[in-house]
Amino acid sequence: MCMRVEDHVILDIRKTADLVEITVDGRVISAYAGEPILAALLNAGIKVNRYTVKRHEPRGLFCGIGQCTDCAMVVDGQTNVRTCITPVKAGMIIKTQDGLSKEE
Amino acid sequence: MSIINNGFLEYDELSAIQMLPSDERYAKGPVAVIECVQEIPCNPCEMACRFDAIKIGEPITNLPMLQEEKCSGCGICVSQCSGLAIFIVNKVYTDKTATVAFPYEYFPIPKVDQNVEAVNRKGEVICRGKIVKVMNPASFDHTPVVTVEIPKEFADEVRSMKRG
Amino acid sequence: MLQERDLVVVGAGPAGLAASIEAAKAGASVLLVDLNLKAGGQLFKQIHKFFGSSAHHSGVRGFDIGKMLLKEADDAGVETWLGSAVIGLFPGMKVAIEKGTDGSEKEVITLKAKKIIVATGASENVIRFKGWTTPGVMGAGAAQTMINVNHVKPGKKVVMLGTGNVGLIVSYQLMQAGCEVVALVEAASKIGGYAVHAAKIKRAGIPIYMKHTIVEVKAGTDHCTNRVVIAEVDEKFQPIAGTEKEIDADTVTIAAGLKPSAELPKLMKCAFTFNGVFGGMIPLHNENMETSVEGIYVAGDSTGVEEANTALEEGKIAGIAAAEALGYLDVEKAAVIKKEIWERLEALRMGPFGEARMAQKEKILEEYMEKIGTPVAEEGMVEDSDVNN
Repeated sequence: MCMRVEDHVILDIRKTADLVEITVDGRVISAYAGEPILAALLNAGIKVNRYTVKRHEPRGLFCGIGQCTDCAMVVDGQTNVRTCITPVKAGMIIKTQDGLSKEE
Repeated sequence: MSIINNGFLEYDELSAIQMLPSDERYAKGPVAVIECVQEIPCNPCEMACRFDAIKIGEPITNLPMLQEEKCSGCGICVSQCSGLAIFIVNKVYTDKTATVAFPYEYFPIPKVDQNVEAVNRKGEVICRGKIVKVMNPASFDHTPVVTVEIPKEFADEVRSMKRG
Repeated sequence: MLQERDLVVVGAGPAGLAASIEAAKAGASVLLVDLNLKAGGQLFKQIHKFFGSSAHHSGVRGFDIGKMLLKEADDAGVETWLGSAVIGLFPGMKVAIEKGTDGSEKEVITLKAKKIIVATGASENVIRFKGWTTPGVMGAGAAQTMINVNHVKPGKKVVMLGTGNVGLIVSYQLMQAGCEVVALVEAASKIGGYAVHAAKIKRAGIPIYMKHTIVEVKAGTDHCTNRVVIAEVDEKFQPIAGTEKEIDADTVTIAAGLKPSAELPKLMKCAFTFNGVFGGMIPLHNENMETSVEGIYVAGDSTGVEEANTALEEGKIAGIAAAEALGYLDVEKAAVIKKEIWERLEALRMGPFGEARMAQKEKILEEYMEKIGTPVAEEGMVEDSDVNN
């Protein structure tokens, strides 16, 4: 699936950053180095970032600017990483956060 | 006003609020039709016209007034209006057809000779049209101005085309 | 010994940038701090041409104004820390800043500021309906960030809730990005934003459901939004049973207004007031944009939700006032410039959309004169002895 904005009358959307690979729950997807992790996830059609602690309900993009924490995931072993404001690095290993995901 | 109740302007509301070109002026060729009907502090159209054909003055919440005798129908104001609310209408393009130039900021930008479905202010397709001109110079800052040729009787209604 | 600056500006949106530029040009040492990885606040998401007068960059796209401001700030020598969150203000005009991105080592730096300008903007409101937490339901600003800054679509078929300017403009921008906007939904009987923005939406053939609201969002087997149920509402905005319609959509964007974000002035015990027109609780300020606490200024949406143009002008006043108080600007010259800016603000707050805001700003200034008069030096919420130097 590709949800990138491919053509735009106003915006210059030519990408200058490097295309890299990151892994999400074992699946390899492509991403641009430096873009917010969440952008690469949305492009790949991934909309669920975590499940809540008590009722195990899915959460995904809500505010987009690091204020609501709905997009938090486990990134390279670190929990509660807000994927909407954290930049992609090649080789990142990302997992859907389950509750508080006290692990690793 | 129907525009604030429904989002679209009825023609008789427009002509009650704005100074639309007279029949005599329409008979002379392309002319600007300004569909700006609310008092908002805004005046790029006045600044844009090199023929001084649009007057706002002070305060800048005044509605823009067209000076039809000065208007050449060049279309620059169409690209400069932040509200995308100005159109150029030529009711004498041929004896059967008229043209309407409108701002179009969607991809793909249509091409000359392309056949399109022309829409009215409500977005309803009311006739077919043919693109006769597309202007998109750098000075328009990414607001292409597209001119569509349509049957003359729809000149007061056609304001855009169905998106591709 | 703590580092010190003449001025710390919190928030690098139009208000913060404008304030930093004015103060730096006057000769003050300015540190501009922003949580995001890029400066510019909401400006870089605004790809439409702005209204206003030529003094306000009318006809220029928001992101181009953003670029101009960034260059001006750079040229003026403003020091900028991005990816940095101001996490506290403490007695003695101390500012605690946490630098670093999530998942990496973060460091906290505390420094002293002679003056502080808070320009932290606003945050989106929410409407709660059944299923509002389902992935696919987001703030309109979030969708705007994704399409205009990150160039990725948040979904394919969008229902927009709210027809204020944000709802109208973001719907237009979603179409420009290639998303299909399947409906706009508005609880009131009148369109909230500018007629010309609504006209673009109608010309594009998008149905606008007036006097309707969303009552439920349903999810598919992937746990994500796949159907949106709307219903007509009565004069009390309550859904009318039996009027439900189901719409096929995978995204809901909520444009139900913004509320000012002004937590930092609260920490310094600045006086606040409630103002419905401005979106919620706002810090009281005087004509210098100074709060009830001496040396702490505010500007932009955190003082009341308005527009980028007003934020920019308020930022200028705060920057000039701070520079003047620091001794970098002649009092008389500063008075002339500030007066000119207030006149420009008045012009921006004219017309049926601006009048209410003009009246409220005047009310705020009056309330300040009545209740505060002259700002006093800070107390803060934390005891000096509690703060580790």
